[in-house]
Amino acid sequence: MTKRVGVLAIQGGVELHARALERIGAHALRVLRPADFDNCDALILPGGESTTIAKGMDRLKLWEPLGAFARSGRPLLGTCAGAILLARESRLQQPLGAVNGLGGVRQHPGTLGLMDVVARRNAYGTQVDSFAAPADEGAIPALAGFRCVFIRAPVFEELGPAVSVLARQDGRPVLLRCGSIWAASFHPELGDDPRLHALWLGRAASQARPAPPPAPHP
Amino acid sequence: MKSEPRESAQSLELKVGLAEMLKGGVIMDVTNPEQAKLAEEAGAVAVMALERVPADIRREGGVARMASLAVIEGIQKCVSIPVMAKARIGHFVEAQLLDALGVDFIDESEVLTPADEAHHVDKHGFRAPFVCGCRNLGEALRRIGEGAAMIRTKGEAGSGNIVEAVRHLRQVNGDIRVVQALRKEELFARAKELGAPVELLQYVHTEGRLPVPNFAAGGIATPADAALCMQLGAEAVFVGSGIFKSEDPAARARALVHATTHWNEAEELLLASRGLGEAMPGIEIETLAESERLSRRGW
Repeated sequence: MTKRVGVLAIQGGVELHARALERIGAHALRVLRPADFDNCDALILPGGESTTIAKGMDRLKLWEPLGAFARSGRPLLGTCAGAILLARESRLQQPLGAVNGLGGVRQHPGTLGLMDVVARRNAYGTQVDSFAAPADEGAIPALAGFRCVFIRAPVFEELGPAVSVLARQDGRPVLLRCGSIWAASFHPELGDDPRLHALWLGRAASQARPAPPPAPHP
Repeated sequence: MKSEPRESAQSLELKVGLAEMLKGGVIMDVTNPEQAKLAEEAGAVAVMALERVPADIRREGGVARMASLAVIEGIQKCVSIPVMAKARIGHFVEAQLLDALGVDFIDESEVLTPADEAHHVDKHGFRAPFVCGCRNLGEALRRIGEGAAMIRTKGEAGSGNIVEAVRHLRQVNGDIRVVQALRKEELFARAKELGAPVELLQYVHTEGRLPVPNFAAGGIATPADAALCMQLGAEAVFVGSGIFKSEDPAARARALVHATTHWNEAEELLLASRGLGEAMPGIEIETLAESERLSRRGW
């Protein structure tokens, strides 16, 4: 059956996720409202600017509905900014300068706290430090050699015991999993490799959600 | 050094990648840290660090250059969202300075006084991606050929008048539709007419879009202006003077972000458009002398 996968469409790399999903035979839906989530078998929080997306989530009152979606056991994937939003906490690499007595602390986006990890934002630097590189050897076999594109990327730190590492790059964890929730600090939607989307949708779905009992025959 | 094939920020894919992440957002012109904080707080997806907003450049005249390093660094230190800055057309040393400063995007902009009347910057060798303005498909593809990772309309900066941005959006998208209707062998002559690299024109013919994101800029003053650009096919918007030359910049900034997310929902646009106070004063384009039209700069 074709899976319907929502992509949160407040801002960011929505279209590229939709394209990757279509390539693996899933049906992509742009979603903005809690009622839209009911139509989704799985959901992606895309990359973009985490502060901008978080403010959109405030306005659209999406925090609680997204938590409820995750608790329903349906697969949830956050990439880059989306991964920051899934984390227990987001921190900045460097504290922001104070302006008129307003420090940087308030500037952090709130997070959903769905994955027991700290996301350190812009940890590699600005755009001039962005890069792409293959995942380290030792990633799960289905993702061997996956090319990871890091754009103003966060770094995952202080992983909790329930969080498993599916891939590393240069020794750092870059793809995490906690039950049906996956978080990537890179952009699997950039480039032509749909393996990660397929794996997330197939594997996470089958483990988190047993197939429904067959409908009774008339 | 590792032996693995690591690509640096000079790769066009990484530059376009950041442009992709800015889609659906509002990039706001700011001239100091207070304005930058206000923009970030309102939900801006990036800020453009400037010495003066276009409306003031227009009013005060003189040579407009890259912002001072103090202005740019002050803004970089106080926000976590991407910081862009403008270099003069063809001024590759201003671009080198911005690259060394680690800005997230360089706008090779007609809003500043051009430094070269024949050549734009060769944008390939930089780590920072570039955005350039255009009025039509040929100009867009020339800039992409030079290495631009994002294209925006030129609009008429600092005018508060959306008519030029609309003209440029319609022109680029109309030009694309015409190219799509051509036969393959007709693309060579069309490339010559447009003054565009033929490989890029072939991409447009096959894909029906530019190879990089296409944003709107120049003259956006209201949430309805932003939504108009989005409905005409822009993928994000730049707002220059429209915020800080209006009566209530914080409310207007939030409203522009709101309208850009919900560009196709009239009910949301209605909400975004209420209670904003006065928009910036506008200028009728016909009253501008040819020499005062910033959109005519570049080629």
